[in-house]
Amino acid sequence: MEIFRQSQWSPYIVGFAIGVLSWLSFLISRKALGTSTSFARTSGMIRKKYNPELVLELKYYQKYTPEIDWQWMLVLGIFIGSFISAQLSGQFELSFLPATDFPSVLNQNFLGRIFSALFGGILVGFGARWAGGCTSGHGISGTMQLSISSWLAAISFFLGGIITALLIY
Amino acid sequence: MTTKKAKLLKGLFTGIVFGFLLQKGGVTQYNVIVGQLRLADFTVVKIIITAIITGMVGIYFLRDKNLIELSPKNKSPLQVIPGGLLFGIGFAVLGYCPGTIVGAMGQGSLDALLPGLAGILIGSALYANFHQKFSGLINKGKFSQATLPEKLNINHWKIIFPVVAILISVLIIIELYGF
Repeated sequence: MEIFRQSQWSPYIVGFAIGVLSWLSFLISRKALGTSTSFARTSGMIRKKYNPELVLELKYYQKYTPEIDWQWMLVLGIFIGSFISAQLSGQFELSFLPATDFPSVLNQNFLGRIFSALFGGILVGFGARWAGGCTSGHGISGTMQLSISSWLAAISFFLGGIITALLIY
Repeated sequence: MTTKKAKLLKGLFTGIVFGFLLQKGGVTQYNVIVGQLRLADFTVVKIIITAIITGMVGIYFLRDKNLIELSPKNKSPLQVIPGGLLFGIGFAVLGYCPGTIVGAMGQGSLDALLPGLAGILIGSALYANFHQKFSGLINKGKFSQATLPEKLNINHWKIIFPVVAILISVLIIIELYGF
């Protein structure tokens, strides 16, 4: 199938297909698409190895127990699905510095990229858990259910992101 | 096969399709995310808006037919606004979000796999400690109803149709201005 080898699909086709996937997710798994809770669970799994008493004590890990669940497998699936897509289109390539039209010390310098990915990642992880969801859980699944707090979250994600990107790149 | 295993397999399969679509959409690329936040490339917004329109009409239709139950998040403004703004700053600095970073790893982006993933896990772990102290404060002020139609106490289609009209208008404006 030639279409699966294409390097990029129309964003409208991709968006439509993600919308249909969300119907199927509700129908088949009784769940909404989301990802960021799995990072909280994984952080608990790692911390459990070093300090099991603390993990038992933290209320957050009682709510989001450190275990592999439906969403954790979904996140693993994203990795596999993207790998398959990139293999089919010939885009798979090991790289550390991302190709970009917005060159900066944050993305074209090895140490700069370690800093930006680590620091940006910390803010993304902390912020997503504070907000109770990320671009998929709030931004797609929450907004389509007309959740008021998800619309506020999605607006905040892009407001913070756009202002920061305009300032730093 | 146990139900637990079946559930995990369903998650894996859903994720494979999701990851395939994210990669085909280009949003697993740092440049596309930063381009969106710099307002130079509207791929991310086009995908999200189309997914919202398609998803919203479909899931409310399925719910009207009693085929599914919705699970809308109800978080307080003290969660979604400060948390969301911090997330947004990180989104711009990292150039990925929690879903697309995993897709980026799948296509070979090692900045996502090593410092990016480590950062998200550290941030999530730090939040677990923050939550221990501040959850009482930030959980205050949740909405009495999770969704807009419930809050306004009107039929959901009276919200869905105008929202779809507005979102389609946004897409038309984006196309007209050539983004």
